[in-house]
Amino acid sequence: MSAATVVTLDLGAPTLGGRLRSWAEDVWVMTRRNLIHVRRDPMQLSDVTIQPVLFTLLFVYVFGAAMVLPGGASYPQFALAGLLVMNLTTSSVGTAIGLSMDLSTGVISRLRTLPMSPTAILVGRSISDVLAAVLCSVFIAVTGLVVGWRPETGPLSVFAGFAVALLFSYALSWLSACVGMAVSSAETAQGIVFILVFPLAFVSNVFVPTQGMPAWLATIANWNPVSAVASACRTLWGNPNPSASIQAWPMQHPVEASIAWSLLILLVCVPLAGRLYRRRTSD
Amino acid sequence: MKKSSTMVQAEALSKRYGATQALDDVDLEVAEGSILGVLGPNGAGKTTALRILTTLSTPDKGRAWVAGHDVVAEAAAVRRKIGVTGQDATLDELLTGRQNLTMVGRLSRLGRSETRRRTNELLESFELTDAADRMVKGYSGGMRRRLDLAASLVMRPSVLFLDEPTTGLDPTSRQRMWGVIRGLVAEGVTVLLTTQYLDEADALADGIVVIDHGRVIAHGTPRELKAATGSQLLEVTLAEPHAGAAQALAAFSVGTVKTSEDGKRLWTPARNEAGLAVAALRVLDEAGALVDDITVHRPSLDDVFAVLTGATTAPRADVAEVPA
Repeated sequence: MSAATVVTLDLGAPTLGGRLRSWAEDVWVMTRRNLIHVRRDPMQLSDVTIQPVLFTLLFVYVFGAAMVLPGGASYPQFALAGLLVMNLTTSSVGTAIGLSMDLSTGVISRLRTLPMSPTAILVGRSISDVLAAVLCSVFIAVTGLVVGWRPETGPLSVFAGFAVALLFSYALSWLSACVGMAVSSAETAQGIVFILVFPLAFVSNVFVPTQGMPAWLATIANWNPVSAVASACRTLWGNPNPSASIQAWPMQHPVEASIAWSLLILLVCVPLAGRLYRRRTSD
Repeated sequence: MKKSSTMVQAEALSKRYGATQALDDVDLEVAEGSILGVLGPNGAGKTTALRILTTLSTPDKGRAWVAGHDVVAEAAAVRRKIGVTGQDATLDELLTGRQNLTMVGRLSRLGRSETRRRTNELLESFELTDAADRMVKGYSGGMRRRLDLAASLVMRPSVLFLDEPTTGLDPTSRQRMWGVIRGLVAEGVTVLLTTQYLDEADALADGIVVIDHGRVIAHGTPRELKAATGSQLLEVTLAEPHAGAAQALAAFSVGTVKTSEDGKRLWTPARNEAGLAVAALRVLDEAGALVDDITVHRPSLDDVFAVLTGATTAPRADVAEVPA
């Protein structure tokens, strides 16, 4: 082969549209590969299926019995949004584990010698994780309906509530991806993400109204993005939302605050993930 | 401008990992449609060289071109031309053989129907059709290697990089792998392979580069290298040191005769001829040396290294009549 032929073969410079389509196809191939993994080992999904059902039942029947809410609202009505956000928050650890495992196997070497788009590895992972989050939402919604949760608004508003929660979950999966690539093993990644995510999920209005907390803790809880997302869901579903009377801006504008927090996390973590990936895979 | 017939060229590649100089000023050249064997022990720098040439790593110094493209500046163009089979499994264990090849085909932008066609074709020619829909997790070592090689051929690369393609394979699988590699070269593919085995480089390669401690210590055709090292190693153990023994053995030597410190053990690369042990024994006996043990063996890589690093690094032209 002469040098000239080599050049002509590469001259088929794809258009922007063509490049975008190739990129989307790479993302889809990587997403499907992750889904096949899930099918081979369905227990990977326990944290978005069994765990949320278990948590919903435990919280509603164990805590719900003792919980007195302002205005006498029913606990399932109050708790379901919180349970959704908590489960989506904790299941974001899956991204860190999945990516960390991918990066530790030889598969990544082969992928890196292919003419594919390198970002498809990260984006494909985030897409398969958002699909897991959708599954998680379905399980919680169905369990909620069984134990007495009822949205009081129209279908569009109910759907918007889930969309806000899933956007937040998507943003968290990129944060989790960053941790997964910054540390060397899946076990470490899991440990770190849990340490980050558990206080985030619990120091919030997810399970109890923040009014009863010490003032300093209540301030943290009111500005916690998790509280904003839980409040947004409660508002959009027409469920009782005791935080609505709190003067903090995110509690007054929970939907806007949720979207802003999610975009902010994405804005920081997506480019950071790209950099961490390059650092991790270059030597 | 690179020569059009050169598919792989490396100039003064250097790479350091912490305190280890993994590659030190390495030059390589592989002509189109030929096989270059990169020979060396574990940790010699073979894999590092391969990683740089396949765009997985970047050199600290030096440049390299594959299929006319710079491996650093034009990595994407290089990736469209190469197939790589790594030393560790680069397969997805949880996918089936077919799913692995399909994934590689799609990510190589082959398109759906071409990927399907190529996948079936490769499964067939690597005798993996029966196992195609089983998870790779359950594959034997030989099957994995075949699938790994198949995966690197999905997009019909012009240059194929094989990192120790037969390490850990049984002799039958090894022969089969050699057959496949020869077949690919017959189709015009250029191959760069690393190996720890002299016989493998000998059986397959048109040219050999010997690397040790990150440096090229010898290069040439298998014939030239064997001439330099002798095709057999003659080793003698004496009951007691004997002044005339080395002189007696020199008649069979194609290099230098070495003697151990205690003077009892002598060894030398020797000509490949029948009855060498008996002939040597007779000569030693005539010289009055008392022989305890005499062995003749094909040089292992260690022997080649002993000769190459200890004596001469340049192939000796005057013994080129050694049978290949």
